Amino acid sequence: MQPATAWDWSPGRRVVLDDVKKCSREYEWLEEYVASPDGESLAVPANFGEEGASMVVNGEPWENIYERVWYPRYSPDGRLTALAADMGEWTMCVDDTAWENTYGFLLNTRFSATGDVIAAPVQKDGEYGWVVDDAIWETTYEFANQFAMAADGSATAAVVQNVSFGQADIFTYKKGCYSVAVNGESWGTNFINCYSPAFDAAGKSVAATVRTSLYDYTIVVDGKPWAKTWPCAWEPVFNPATGDVCAAVRMAGRWGMALNGELIWNPTFFQVWQQQFSGDGKHLYAIVSPAYGKWTVAVDGQPWAPTFGSQVTDLVVSPDGAHAAALGADAGAYAVAVDGYVWPGTFAMAWAPVFSADSEHCAAKVERRGGKFTILVDGKPYKENFDQVWDPVFSPEGDKVLIRAIDNGKYCRIVVPVRDF
Amino acid sequence: MSEQTKETKVIEDIGIDAGLEQLTEEQIEKTIMSVINAEGGTRLEAYTKTCVHCGLCSEACHYYHSHDKDPQYAPVGKVRNTMWNFLTKKGKISKEELKRAVLIAHTECNLCRRCVQYCPFGVDTAYIIALVRRIVHKLGITPQYIQDTAHSHAATFNQMWLKDDEWVDTLFWQEDEARDEIPSMRIPLEKEGADFMYSVIAPEPKFRTQLIYQAAVIFNECGLDWTMPSTTGWDNSDMCMFTGDFEMMGRLKRDHYECAQRLKVKKVVMGECGHAYRSIYDQGNRWVGWRDMPVPVIHSIQFFWELLKAGKIKVAKTIDKLATFHDPCNTVRGMGLHEMGREVAKAFYPNFVEMQPNREHNYCCAAGGGVINCGPPHKMTRVLGNRVKAEQLKATGAEVLIAPCHNCHGGLEDIIHHYKLDMEIRFLGDIIYECMEKPNAV
Ligand code: SF4
Ligand code: SF4
Repeated sequence: MQPATAWDWSPGRRVVLDDVKKCSREYEWLEEYVASPDGESLAVPANFGEEGASMVVNGEPWENIYERVWYPRYSPDGRLTALAADMGEWTMCVDDTAWENTYGFLLNTRFSATGDVIAAPVQKDGEYGWVVDDAIWETTYEFANQFAMAADGSATAAVVQNVSFGQADIFTYKKGCYSVAVNGESWGTNFINCYSPAFDAAGKSVAATVRTSLYDYTIVVDGKPWAKTWPCAWEPVFNPATGDVCAAVRMAGRWGMALNGELIWNPTFFQVWQQQFSGDGKHLYAIVSPAYGKWTVAVDGQPWAPTFGSQVTDLVVSPDGAHAAALGADAGAYAVAVDGYVWPGTFAMAWAPVFSADSEHCAAKVERRGGKFTILVDGKPYKENFDQVWDPVFSPEGDKVLIRAIDNGKYCRIVVPVRDF
Repeated sequence: MSEQTKETKVIEDIGIDAGLEQLTEEQIEKTIMSVINAEGGTRLEAYTKTCVHCGLCSEACHYYHSHDKDPQYAPVGKVRNTMWNFLTKKGKISKEELKRAVLIAHTECNLCRRCVQYCPFGVDTAYIIALVRRIVHKLGITPQYIQDTAHSHAATFNQMWLKDDEWVDTLFWQEDEARDEIPSMRIPLEKEGADFMYSVIAPEPKFRTQLIYQAAVIFNECGLDWTMPSTTGWDNSDMCMFTGDFEMMGRLKRDHYECAQRLKVKKVVMGECGHAYRSIYDQGNRWVGWRDMPVPVIHSIQFFWELLKAGKIKVAKTIDKLATFHDPCNTVRGMGLHEMGREVAKAFYPNFVEMQPNREHNYCCAAGGGVINCGPPHKMTRVLGNRVKAEQLKATGAEVLIAPCHNCHGGLEDIIHHYKLDMEIRFLGDIIYECMEKPNAV
């Protein structure tokens, strides 16, 4: 796939596939469609009956056929990946070419930010770890989960089990059997449990939440725990500018935020999680519950005025770090909120907002009641509704939006100037 | 005299006994009082000061009835030997008293909340006993088997030590099996934007895979838009709620709901489990800070009822055997699904008899509240503590016992076996799968 600057950004509609349903007439059954980032391809796992299964891209099947194909995903650079199995062995297929090696299991494919690295959690011979571009960790473990990858794909990490224990052996467990492995190498120190390993911006440091006893939680950075513990703590996040680490911590039934082990937000919230720094590291955003049963976003510890009764999800910070957007819901009615203002209208469902590269505009996919989908830009809906739509993609300049949609059996890419919303 | 009273067996549980050995008197006192002061608060004070020791709650408890009205098995008797003792002695409790308190809290009370209905002041004994379990957790003397289950939750986010690939592989296996019956059959994994996510408890992929198969067939034959996740969050169960590890309970519920949020489903439909429902609609969600469920969760009882009423489940045949219905505490006293449950049951078993008492007055199975998860050392405590359930079942004369809850199944199977009742026990999904129209089947 070409870089986004070279995509077709001429305003208007182009039909890419004029009979989407043709596939469902030709194959035994189809799974879910995925659209490429540039909107030029529509792919779907298809079952060919006795022969097996494979991917069908713009109506054309891949040459290679497998017993099972699942988890189709386009990488950010536009390569189509799918996990495929034959004779009980799994491999990764990238644009119809399988990796050389096979594995006991692969699941939940991940990509680096640019898409040049393709990786997946793996099980081989009953041991667990990461496989990155078809190279499995040198050391694998009897158990691993909570998989993390550096943004540039240069490193991978997971929670791993270092010490074996028998059935119902609660005493060995309580001594600490789990740690974090980075590129296959364990920190060495074991904890009761480890959660949510996270990389710094450079992919050099890893932080994780740990339980040091059944009752004490703290954050460990590159194997070294903070001095303080709390009755509970959530996921750590690195400040991309300073390398400081922050995590939500619980004290006396309320939540606050700690940075490098010291409180920076007083524990006054009923909940705090999913924090994110702005790119310059100057601002800290998080989903919070400022009063019981009320949810919103806090910026540097200050909650937005609007709150939602059911939930707030999908917090997204703009590239320049000056704006944030999130979804809020009250009793099944979803809304998009940006910088503390709620866009007009509620929806049956909404998807994570997307900012333009210049941070000037924000867009989101929404589902209207009745099952039709559309795209909102800066709070205004596109004039058409669709049977299916994928997340909006802004042009590199941020002045146009690519809508990838299926309607009336046709798959199209539609480029709309932002001013037309 | 009851079988248990006749026996004076000392119950050994390494989780309790080894933990107790390591405790000092100071640790016991400090831990008890710190939990009472920091977490009991006005609710505990209100209950303990309101209780007039009238004993009216006694009639509610299956252990009390099953032990010939022995007052130590009355709800108020259990509180007296646990929390009341802690309070009056200000935490200065001997290890013998503490062990007795652990056994009462974990194996002689199902947190079934039947007694709340009998107390004229609404004293919630189950809440008090759950707070005793919280103290037990903080002291590190939780029974071994349920502690192991809590460890599994904490390490794997499911209660059966299942690894991520084993979960997905099981779904593929069930899908393949079902395709022999229904060639177009799918278990749609990771289908973002589906109407609902189906979540189960970990014993289903581990021991009762046919239940996943059956649910998948029902959903497919009804033409529903559904999905299951390939990540953690698929297991909705929660033994940490019952061990008093509320922090882990919150972590589990966060993971479960975030899984649904990530998949952009409008609701979660959960399998036939009672305690998981309680964790989702009452305790886990509220600990996290959600006043209600952030994503609506519909129990299978209600979902099957809705499908039946909407004509999506069509009855192909009925079964002539005499059937009765066990009301699980968490779906009935907790959420009022009793009429829906028996309407579904009667649609397939028209020859139906009620057990007495029933609906919100039904006796617990004695497995719930994590009691069955305390494992083999305590099996006879719950079986002998529920003789009244055996009598209740026998009096119906039913051949089939319908129980839409996993824990209830486990507990009732043991009761049927011990008291030599000739009954078949079934889930609703199992019955619907057998008796519904399956137009796509070959
Ligand atoms: S088992 Fe049920 S009725 Fe008996 S004391 Fe416990 S909550 Fe009350
Ligand atoms: S809990 Fe209620 S019913 Fe039971 S003894 Fe106390 S006041 Fe009486």
